[in-house]
Order: sequence, then C-alpha cells, then structure tokens
Amino acid sequence: MPEQPLLSLTGISKSFGPNLVLDAVDFELKAGEVQAILGENGAGKSTLIKILSGAYKPDRGRMFISGVEYRPSGPLDGRRQGIAVIYQELNLAPHLTVEENIMLGQEESRLGLVDRKKNLEKIKKVLEFLCHPEISPTIPVRKLSVGARQVVEIARALASQARILVMDEPTSSLSQEDTRRLFEIIRKLRAEGVGIIYISHFLEEVLEIADRFTVLRDGKVVGQGQIKETSVEELIQLMIGRRISELFPRLPHQPGEVILSCSGIKSARMNRPVDLELRRGEILGVAGLVGAGRTEFLRALFGLDRLETGLVVVSGRRFRPYFTSVSIGCGLGMLSEDRQVEGLAVRMNLADNLTLSRLKPYVSSGFLNGRKQKLAASSWIEKINIKARSPEQKVWTLSGGNQQKVALARLLHQEAEVFLLDEPTRGIDVMSKAQIYELMGRLAADNKAVIFVSSYLPELLGVADRIAVFHRGQLVEVRPAASWTEASLMRAAITGREGDPVISGERP
Amino acid sequence: MKIAGSGLKKIAGLAGPFVGLILVITIFSLMPEVSDRFLNLANIKSVATQSVIVALCALGMTLIIVSGGIDLSAASNLALSCVLVAYAINLGVPPLLAALVGVAAGGTIGFLNGFLITRLRLVPFIVTLGMMGIARGLAKWVARNQKIDAPLSWLNELMVRTPKPSWLLVSPGIWLMVLFSLVMAVLLRKTVFGRHAFAVGSNELTARLCGVRTDRVKVSVYTISGLLCGLAGVMEFSRLTVGDPTVAMGLELDIIAAVVIGGGSLSGGEGSILGTLVGVFIMAFLRNGCTMMGWPNYFQEIIIGAIIIAAVTLDRLRHRQE
Repeated sequence: MPEQPLLSLTGISKSFGPNLVLDAVDFELKAGEVQAILGENGAGKSTLIKILSGAYKPDRGRMFISGVEYRPSGPLDGRRQGIAVIYQELNLAPHLTVEENIMLGQEESRLGLVDRKKNLEKIKKVLEFLCHPEISPTIPVRKLSVGARQVVEIARALASQARILVMDEPTSSLSQEDTRRLFEIIRKLRAEGVGIIYISHFLEEVLEIADRFTVLRDGKVVGQGQIKETSVEELIQLMIGRRISELFPRLPHQPGEVILSCSGIKSARMNRPVDLELRRGEILGVAGLVGAGRTEFLRALFGLDRLETGLVVVSGRRFRPYFTSVSIGCGLGMLSEDRQVEGLAVRMNLADNLTLSRLKPYVSSGFLNGRKQKLAASSWIEKINIKARSPEQKVWTLSGGNQQKVALARLLHQEAEVFLLDEPTRGIDVMSKAQIYELMGRLAADNKAVIFVSSYLPELLGVADRIAVFHRGQLVEVRPAASWTEASLMRAAITGREGDPVISGERP
Repeated sequence: MKIAGSGLKKIAGLAGPFVGLILVITIFSLMPEVSDRFLNLANIKSVATQSVIVALCALGMTLIIVSGGIDLSAASNLALSCVLVAYAINLGVPPLLAALVGVAAGGTIGFLNGFLITRLRLVPFIVTLGMMGIARGLAKWVARNQKIDAPLSWLNELMVRTPKPSWLLVSPGIWLMVLFSLVMAVLLRKTVFGRHAFAVGSNELTARLCGVRTDRVKVSVYTISGLLCGLAGVMEFSRLTVGDPTVAMGLELDIIAAVVIGGGSLSGGEGSILGTLVGVFIMAFLRNGCTMMGWPNYFQEIIIGAIIIAAVTLDRLRHRQE
C-alpha cells in the first residue's frame, strides 16, 4: 500500500527577475524520515526553504501536506500549518527567557493573562523529550551556548506541534559534542514520525544522519536516492555536474616578483594564522564554503578586523594592518562582498563613491574642487562602461552590475596595486560578470596582483592562476589552478583534507 | 539640459524650508494687527539678534547630524560656557581671555563627547545625554547654583541691537553668525573633511573601507560643534550680562529642530548650512510673530511642533520621488 507522503512538492518554480532560481522541482518527504537537500551555493536551496516556510510564493507548482494543499500566506501561516524552519542564524530574542522564547506567539493564556504554570509544564515536557532537562526555562537566551539555543529553537518548533522540521546548516556553529547530541534529538524526532529536511554542506554528517537525499543544481533536481546506496564522491559529482565550460577571457600574464607577503595573519574570527605570498601579474583564487574564513582573511589583511597576530609586506613596505588608510596608502584595495551594506554608500552619488578613497587629486590649498572630481568620475564612467546618467546620480538607483563597477572603479581610481576582491561577481548579470573577468585579466597583465574570493568554482578555475582553499576558519592548501578540478576543490572545501588531483576524472 | 536638471533639483531641495520661511513671514506681514511692525528693519534686526545663539549651536549640530550623530549636550554646554565667562571676568581676567575660556570649555566638552563615543563605542544619544547632565551640573557647581554677576565690559556689547561703531549696522553677534555660517558651509561642502563627514554619516562601513579615519572624523566633528556651543555661551553671557547656569534649558531640542526643518536627516548623510539657517529663522520669526500678536506661549509651541512634523514629512516625500 503506497503511504501518503507527509509533504510533497510538484513542479515548484521561482524566478527573480530574469533569473530562474528553481525550475520545476519535485520533492517528497515521508513521515519519520530525514531527507538531506544538497547543492552548491546558489543551487536554489535557500529559495526552496523560503518557499516551504511561506516567506516566498512559488511562481508555479503546488505543495501538499498529508495530501491537503498547502498554500501559506506567510511564515506565520506556514508555522501554523506545521512547518517549522530552523535557520542558520538562530531567530531567538536574546533578552527573553527560554520560556518566553519557546511560547512566543503561542502562549497558553486564560482571560488574556499568561498561564505560566501551563506554559512551564509544556516546556518541561518538551525539554525532557529533547534530553535537555538541564536548560532552565527562566534564564535569558543570551546566556545559553549556541548548542543550547538550537535546542530551544527545536523546542519551540515542537511546542507548536510542527510535523515538518527544516534545518538549515544546523551544525555549522556547533562543537562535535553538540553535533552528536543534535543527532540524537533528530533520531528521536524521526522515531516520533516528524519529517525532517536537513540541509548541510558537511556531506559526512549527511551520510550519518539522513535516510534519503535530493541534490539541486542550478535550480533543478539532478539526483534523488537512498543515502545507503551513495557515497561522498557521487554526491559531489551530482552537485557540481558537468557544466558547459563558460568562456573566460584569458589575457596572457606572467607572475613577476613578490608584491604581497603576509605572515601569521590572524584575527579573532579566524582559527589559524595565514601565511601567503602573492606575485605581481598573478590572480590568486580563494575557494571555500560560506563562513570558512575567506572573507575574514581579506578583512584582517586589509585592516578592517583587528589583528591578533601578523604582519604584511606590500612592495617592500612592512606594516601591521590597522588603519585602512595605511593599507590603501601601501597599495591595497578591497572590494567588499556586501555592496549594499558596506561596499558603497548607496545614498551618496556616484562621483563621491568613486573618489572617496583618494580625494587628494581634487584638493588645492585645502579646498575640494567638486567640478574636477565630477569630471574624473565621468571619465571612469566611460572607461569601464558604467550605465549612468551623470556622476551625480545616487548609487542606489544603479543596477547591481553597475554598482559593482562603481566599487571596482574606486579601486582603479585609488591606483591600488593589490586588489582584494570578495565575491566580485555575486548577484550581477552575465555581461557584467564577463567584463569583471576581463578586468581581472587586464590587471594581471598590467603587473598588478589580484586575490579573488568566490563560491563559484568554474570562475575560480577559469580565471585564477593559483587557488587557495579555506575550511572552518583556516587555510588548507594553495596550489596552481591547473592542478585543481571542481571535484577536488569541492572535496577540499567540504572535508578540509587536501584534494587529490588524480581521482578527478573518475565517474562513480 | 543635464546640468540644468541637477541645478533645478538642488533648488527644489532647498525650496521646502524656504517656502516655509516665506510663508511664515507672509502670514504675519498680512496680519493687520502687526503688519506695520513685523516687517520693519528694527524688528528683523531684533529677530536676527535673537537667532544668533541658536544659529551658532545649530551650525555645529548640522555637522554632527550630517556625520550621523546627535548632540543632546549642546544647550548645557552653552550654559557652562556662559557661567565660566562670568566667573573668569569676576576673577579679573581680561574679557577677551574670558571669552576664550568659554569657547575652550565648549570645545573640551565636545571633544569629550567625541572621545567617549569613539572609545567606548556607545551611541551618541547616550553619551551626549550623559554629558547634558554633566555639563549642566558643572555649570551649576561653578556658579554655586545662582547667577554670577559680572562687571560690564565690551563683551556685553556683542549682542546689542545698535552697535557702537555705527558702520557695523548690525550687532557684532550677527556678523559672527554670518562669518561662521560661511566658514561651516565651506568646511562642509568644499573640504575633504566635509566630504568625509558626509561619508561617515551616509555609511560608516564604506567610509572605513575607503580609508577614512572615521574615529578621527567623529572626534573632530564633536569638537568643532563644542567650540561653536562655547561661542554661543559667550554670546549668551553678552546678552544676559550675568552667568546663568539655568539658561537655555531645553534649547538643544530647538537646535536639533532647526537642523531637521532645514533638511538634515537624523540617519545621517544629509543636511546643509543654508537649510539649517532657514530652519532657525522659521522658528525665530514664528516666535516673534506670535509674541507680537499677543498669542500665548503654548500656541507657539504647538505650531512649531506641527512644523517639525510637516517639514520632515515633506522631506520624506521629496526623497521618495527622487
């Protein structure tokens, strides 16, 4: 007898503007099952979760819970209908107590007054079930460890009678001990008939805890099956697939003398100090999972995060990164991964954004010459093809690709020698991407140096001369790009063990 | 075409507050009860003189608000300076030196504001709220909780309506206000420091990414503003001829209101000296007109409150259209 699936999705599609993020996704989850959803950054996992939670509406396709059509009007409605999502960044109110957090929005009350006794009973039962009776309901959540906070999140889901639990990278900030306890909880929930969707980059954990898997790539389901019958190798192959190789314009360039060397660079947010050398005319790619410490390394190098240890030498000038003005003076230039929040002052105009890091050329006897500044901005607008009406246009009115070009033009304008580019192609159109690849090549050909952080492996392999891999806050390995493949990069990024170039061509 | 467009937009940006000012002046000059007295030169001079103190503080406040901060201690700072000038003159200090003491005290309080904000990483609201109490308390302490009488000196002629050398036409205080408005406008619009202040207010993270020493900018901003409050304190002493520690209670809100009416945004990155001056004069003419009409005090307060809300609403609408 075919049992009714707990959750089923048919033909779910979603696009943002011209980008098709999910393409006719079919998916089924049985009661008492842990199913992993796998895929690279940008494969469509987060969008799928948001559709499940009710935060987004699908463009096409239908969803059913136990055979009943599920059409949430918003996250609250989704939760009411039995789907609880536990996000990477936990959604608890830090100042409220465990009790208040768990019961938030579902308080037991009588005549408008909170019935604390009933609340506490309920919470005690849930926490006992989760094997964490030691968590006191009366302490504020901010005093709990990350692991305990996660238990509170799960308790909240259980208290609301959730039948489907979606966990997004639940172990990314947990210790091994906490991970083990989390797995016990998951097994217990599974035994109770709760359906669990488990999203994680750590494939070994997935092999341990999940029953089935679904792999997404470029918004499509490319593989589904039983965990027992698969291997890490096969999952990686499915995740990266065989992509039609994109065109990466390669300008000939030759690595010259060392321009940047950093020794023992470490900020509080990194696990181990990093030593690295970079030559003129070289593009160094940096791979790794989100949160692996790539951005943190760049920030430490540039002086944005306070250093615990380390020194940097750029073109023979030795300094300890602290003031960004000093870093810029020594020839470093940084492109932030977040254009809106950090990279650009979006409410200021294009000319100001472009020239802010080097206003000197426009100053005579203490006064800033705004006309000269705007003229210079205009010439950059032409030079790198920014689509804008005038240099006085506010940056927020530009498209993503054009905003990124403004941020890049700033580095060119400040005459940087070493370009630290954090996800320079994220969220921009294909044309702008190609222009940015070309720009990097031109920089290398001009004897400048580039560090290029990216989560998109094909572009790293296509553009970089050497590739460094970060894993859980430390640098794992640096090798010439030619000796890496997507599979070996992925493996190094996921496992933290050095990839072996020999296995690269094999098929499972 | 392009240039004309952007020029027009700039004018439109200032139009809001200007229209408000013209409206206030027009309304009162059409009132039959006061029309003959309201728009005559003597009255305008007196309004301008009354505006000097708020204007000086508002110039500094504009700089602070542009850089994304706020200063609640401005009025207390002014009172402290006012008391110190009187105290110094009583000690026999020459008037010029006494005035400098007042200005320096203001600068010190401002510097402390900036120092605490950047070192303790506290929000400006909290630091300056604390400083509001501290400066006011110090003023009362120095003055032993009463007014300090001081012998008259040339300092007390800075705010008179008919200046001594008659070729000055208006009081020296007004000239100082004009001078510092020009200085501040140039500082804000025509120097690297000004551009950095705008950048810090618009997006501090971006400013840091671009090598702006954001902490240094902030400390300078608060120090400059403090110096102007100190100068305003000297003017207050000049007007009162005594050092009064309870003077200008609650004036910080008028100062902030002037900046906001003039187009300053409390989230930073926006504001102009001209706008702020218009804001100051809107409030000054309104007070003056209401007093002449014999309208009660509470009436003025209600009108000014409504104008603040209306001004900011209009500002929002204008931005949405952009």
